[in-house]
Amino acid sequence: MTATHSLHTEQLSLAYGDRTVVDHLDLTIPTGKITTIVGANACGKSTLLRAMSRLMAPSSGQVVLDGKDLHRLPTKEVARTLGLLPQSPIAPEGIAVADLVGRGRHPHQKVFARWSAEDEAAVLAALEATDTVALADRAVDELSGGQRQRVWIAMALAQQTDLLFLDEPTTFLDVSHQVEVLDLLTDLNRERGTTIVMVLHDLNLAARYADHLIAVAAGRLHAAGDPVNVLTEATVRDVFGLESQIMVDPTSGKPMMLPIGRHHARASDTAPVS
Amino acid sequence: MSVDVLAAGRARRALRRRGALTTLAVLVLGTFLVTLMVGQTFYPPLDVLRVIAGETVPGASFTVGELRLPRAMLAVLAGAAFALGGVTFQTMLRNPLASPDIIGITHGASAAAVFGITVLSVSGALISFVAVVAALATAMLIYVLSFKDGVVGTRLILIGIGIAAMLQSVVSYLLVRAATWDLPAAMRWITGSLNGATWSEVVTLLAAVIAFGVLLLSQSRRLDLLQLGDDTASALGVRVERTRVLVIIAAVGLIAFATAAAGPIAFVAFLSGPIAARLVGPTGSLLVPAALVGALLVLVADLAGQFALGARYPVGVVTGVLGAPYLVYLLIRTNRAGGSL
Ligand SMILES: Nc1ncnc2c1ncn2[C@@H]1O[C@H](COP(=O)(O)OP(=O)(O)O)[C@@H](O)[C@H]1O
Ligand SMILES: [Mg+2]
Repeated sequence: MTATHSLHTEQLSLAYGDRTVVDHLDLTIPTGKITTIVGANACGKSTLLRAMSRLMAPSSGQVVLDGKDLHRLPTKEVARTLGLLPQSPIAPEGIAVADLVGRGRHPHQKVFARWSAEDEAAVLAALEATDTVALADRAVDELSGGQRQRVWIAMALAQQTDLLFLDEPTTFLDVSHQVEVLDLLTDLNRERGTTIVMVLHDLNLAARYADHLIAVAAGRLHAAGDPVNVLTEATVRDVFGLESQIMVDPTSGKPMMLPIGRHHARASDTAPVS
Repeated sequence: MSVDVLAAGRARRALRRRGALTTLAVLVLGTFLVTLMVGQTFYPPLDVLRVIAGETVPGASFTVGELRLPRAMLAVLAGAAFALGGVTFQTMLRNPLASPDIIGITHGASAAAVFGITVLSVSGALISFVAVVAALATAMLIYVLSFKDGVVGTRLILIGIGIAAMLQSVVSYLLVRAATWDLPAAMRWITGSLNGATWSEVVTLLAAVIAFGVLLLSQSRRLDLLQLGDDTASALGVRVERTRVLVIIAAVGLIAFATAAAGPIAFVAFLSGPIAARLVGPTGSLLVPAALVGALLVLVADLAGQFALGARYPVGVVTGVLGAPYLVYLLIRTNRAGGSL
């Protein structure tokens, strides 16, 4: 796979009924990089991700994939370029892991074509990448949260797209599984050049794993760029309405946010590391 | 680890599915033949096969060829059609309660037919036509009432159950007012029955099953992907609204024509999918397995209703007795799960 696809939005507005959720948004997704999107609850992150993966038509403006209006491209062609793991995907009762991951092959299958060797190889590769080969014959509903999330990612991998969107892929996972999933996605980005765009609610993990960080406030772009420039005390205040202190993560050198809150005044003698 | 291990697991699941499908097909065929053999006069299998092959067998040619064969064919076709319609709705809305005989679609057909018979005094093919139109209209009404930024399963089910209850009270009211001589004709539209099956009914239903069945099967893979949720399905390249509309047309068409031919045989639509799912396991489409289960249910229930229970009962009474406990079980389970469907 060669990651040569480009995606950006032009004056993109999104609405449910007559309620506008995303308002005239111009956004560029850097090719071959990891982009994370952060913002307060209900600010329109999921809506934006759905529109960028063609699940929702813009009320005005457009999403542009490789120079073409995304919403005019054929559904299956888009599905071969761009995969999405929604916030709460649903597994059919009792389905085996291998069968669920196999569903990711749909955009590559001809109408009446049988299951091919190529399909099987793609499923195996996806299971290997997510370390779920041993689970292949298990029922998805018997798995733990962390295992299940890896299986869903495997399904998206079996789709073999150059762009992969994930909506809060770490929700409901404990911290070690969160890191495991994010490491897995980073591997994918480094080894195959897959462009990854994900919504994360943990600001520190978002900054740590992002090449490109996008902060959204009330459906508008607040800041975008290198996490060092985006994750600032001003951004946290404007986007989340929260006073905070930004430090440098000693491990990665990326910015790290510590909330202050009402009961803990800032100790004047502990200056932030800069 | 290699592809072979994956393939082995897949083969194991496919084997179970194939085994269940074969067993079901054999059972349907066997029950079909038994239905042709037994009755007031018993005809041995050879006579029955000769009649089917088109030979003239004194006695058997009329009894088997003109009475039992259309009845058995109607049982198979109506069973398959109800099952296909039911399992389609259940799969699409990811809920076993979302069956057309729970959410009011068959009730629409019954109410219109009973109205036609008892109030307008029409009969025959016109009643069937009215029933088909009413089933379609009820389905559309439920769809429109529950549409709000797309159709959500739970809302559709609750609205459907409400409409079913309303239509049922309409039927009760009509029956209370009805003239005695209209009651036998009306009853068929309430319980479902294969009595007096004719070849013309069989041919009409066969055409409907072929037309709508092919449409449904052409969407079968997309229907399965809808189970993953609308967002995942569209991300995998399914045009969700289009698939949903095609599949609803096919399912409602099947239910409407089956109801017109045999009345609303209780719970066949509701039971067949879940039974099929238990039998074939969670792999592959449920359409064909459910159709076989539906055909088998109606054949067996009709046999039981005619010969096993002392008095003669219409087939719908027998399936009703089978289905009611399962409905109660589902409602209890739903309630335990916290009240959300
Ligand atoms: N299907 C929908 N219909 C109507 N409003 C919706 C729908 N989905 C989301 N919204 C509304 O749009 C806003 C943004 O939602 P969402 O994009 O899910 O936010 P986030 O993912 O940032 O938490 C919220 O106010 C939410 O209530
Ligand atoms: Mg969200």
